[in-house]
Amino acid sequence: MYWINLKRIIKSGYSSFMRSGFTSLASVLVMTITLTVFTGLLYLQATLHTSLENIKDKVDVTIYFVPGTGEDNVMAVKDSLTKLPEVASITYTSQEEALANFREKHANDYLTIQALDELNENPLGSSLNVKAKDPSQYESISKYFDQNNEASKEALIIIDKIDYHQNKLVIDRLTSIIVGAQRLGFALSLMLIIVSIMITFNTIRLIIYMSRDEISVMRLVGAGNKYIRGPFMVSGALVGVFASVITILLFWPVSVWLGSQMSEFLGINLFHYYTSNIFEIFFILLFSGIIIGGISSLFAIHRYLKK
Amino acid sequence: MIYLNNVTKKYYGDEPSLVDVTLTISSGEFVSVIGHSGAGKTTLAKLILAEEKPTSGTVFFESLDIHQLSSRELTQFRRKVGVIFQDFRLLPNRNAYENIAFAMEAVGKDDAEIANLVPHVLALVNLSDRTFHFPHQLSGGEKQRLAIARAIITEPELIIADEPTGNLDPTNAADVINILKKINDLGTTVILTTHNPSIIESLGKRVITFDKGKVIRDEVNGKYML
Repeated sequence: MYWINLKRIIKSGYSSFMRSGFTSLASVLVMTITLTVFTGLLYLQATLHTSLENIKDKVDVTIYFVPGTGEDNVMAVKDSLTKLPEVASITYTSQEEALANFREKHANDYLTIQALDELNENPLGSSLNVKAKDPSQYESISKYFDQNNEASKEALIIIDKIDYHQNKLVIDRLTSIIVGAQRLGFALSLMLIIVSIMITFNTIRLIIYMSRDEISVMRLVGAGNKYIRGPFMVSGALVGVFASVITILLFWPVSVWLGSQMSEFLGINLFHYYTSNIFEIFFILLFSGIIIGGISSLFAIHRYLKK
Repeated sequence: MIYLNNVTKKYYGDEPSLVDVTLTISSGEFVSVIGHSGAGKTTLAKLILAEEKPTSGTVFFESLDIHQLSSRELTQFRRKVGVIFQDFRLLPNRNAYENIAFAMEAVGKDDAEIANLVPHVLALVNLSDRTFHFPHQLSGGEKQRLAIARAIITEPELIIADEPTGNLDPTNAADVINILKKINDLGTTVILTTHNPSIIESLGKRVITFDKGKVIRDEVNGKYML
């Protein structure tokens, strides 16, 4: 009996969705708008995430050593830094590499190169480029050398400068922008999602309101509440299914355009994002669509089944 | 079969639709309820269907107080009652076959039985050639015959027909009444509300006359007198 009822509910939900033509089309379109908002927010989050990663990646602390410092000493400092839990990676640049980099950078600057050539010795010191796991941790890494411990005492003699203090202002500002953008993005997403769900809910409520006579007839004919509710929920879920298919197709050309025109500006190729995550995106849309459609129908029909 | 005890129904802020009505309808009867518009005929039908609750008094179906039933019990009760309305109230998105099949599905009949019985009932009300037509493709008389088919397919113990001929021409009206008479002959109790005098004259059955919510006449072989 259970399976027969389920089969009948699905069948009648499907046929009433198909036969309602224009009404179904209208609710699919409204649901498509909701799911477009969802996808837009996914893209926004992806873009935001990538830019944040890029910014985070650009922040670092470089420790410059006094020229002539032995590699052993530098390595000792590197080892002690590696032990810090905040440190993600450390890159060592030797005096020779520093010089090579400098020459390359100023290859077209004839005067500077000439001045450099006149010096007999390498004026550049070696350096350690330190990356933290999180931008907020640079402060504690740079303070490590201010603390009065064995390793830092020795290190302070050979350290020329730590550029963190010069970058501090920029780093602080970036950190706060990152945190702010994440919060704003989250609040904005939440608000848009709530608004779009409410619009869809009201559309479905309106459609069920139009069917209220039909519902009362079903009750009079002796149909149980579950048997009346079922087909409406199936129709609601179908609205979600169709809308998610339309949305994912709609975002194909949009992503192509964003990928070819906006990649430079956004720092992420959204077409790659679309193609590599298409199943995840479609699943999220399908799942949200079915849940929103089904639950909206469930709530909307509730008032006509009381008594 | 049906017992109304001192039933009064008041709608919000209006004159009462039914005033202290006490009635008994026995199994197998064909009862016509007549009266002017607003006399309380439709309110009576709604109370027996448990679509409305009485302001005071009780309505019993056999030993069931139908206004004390739970939602599940109410569903069970309604399966014993077939309803026919003046405005047909068919399911607009389903064709003739599906409208009738819905009533059987709701009661939990299996597919084979539905496939077997529906064409029979459609033939009975002379709608075999309209099987796959939707309600909007049917004439008034056809719609009402379809509504009757839906009401009788579950073999209810009671049929309530609330002004079933109100929207029909005399020929179609006579058709509808004839079908109801046949159903009654097979043992089903029928309650018919109407304000069509010729129908009452032709029936020669019990007539209950309402005026301003009160029963003013209840005769075994009634005439149409208002």
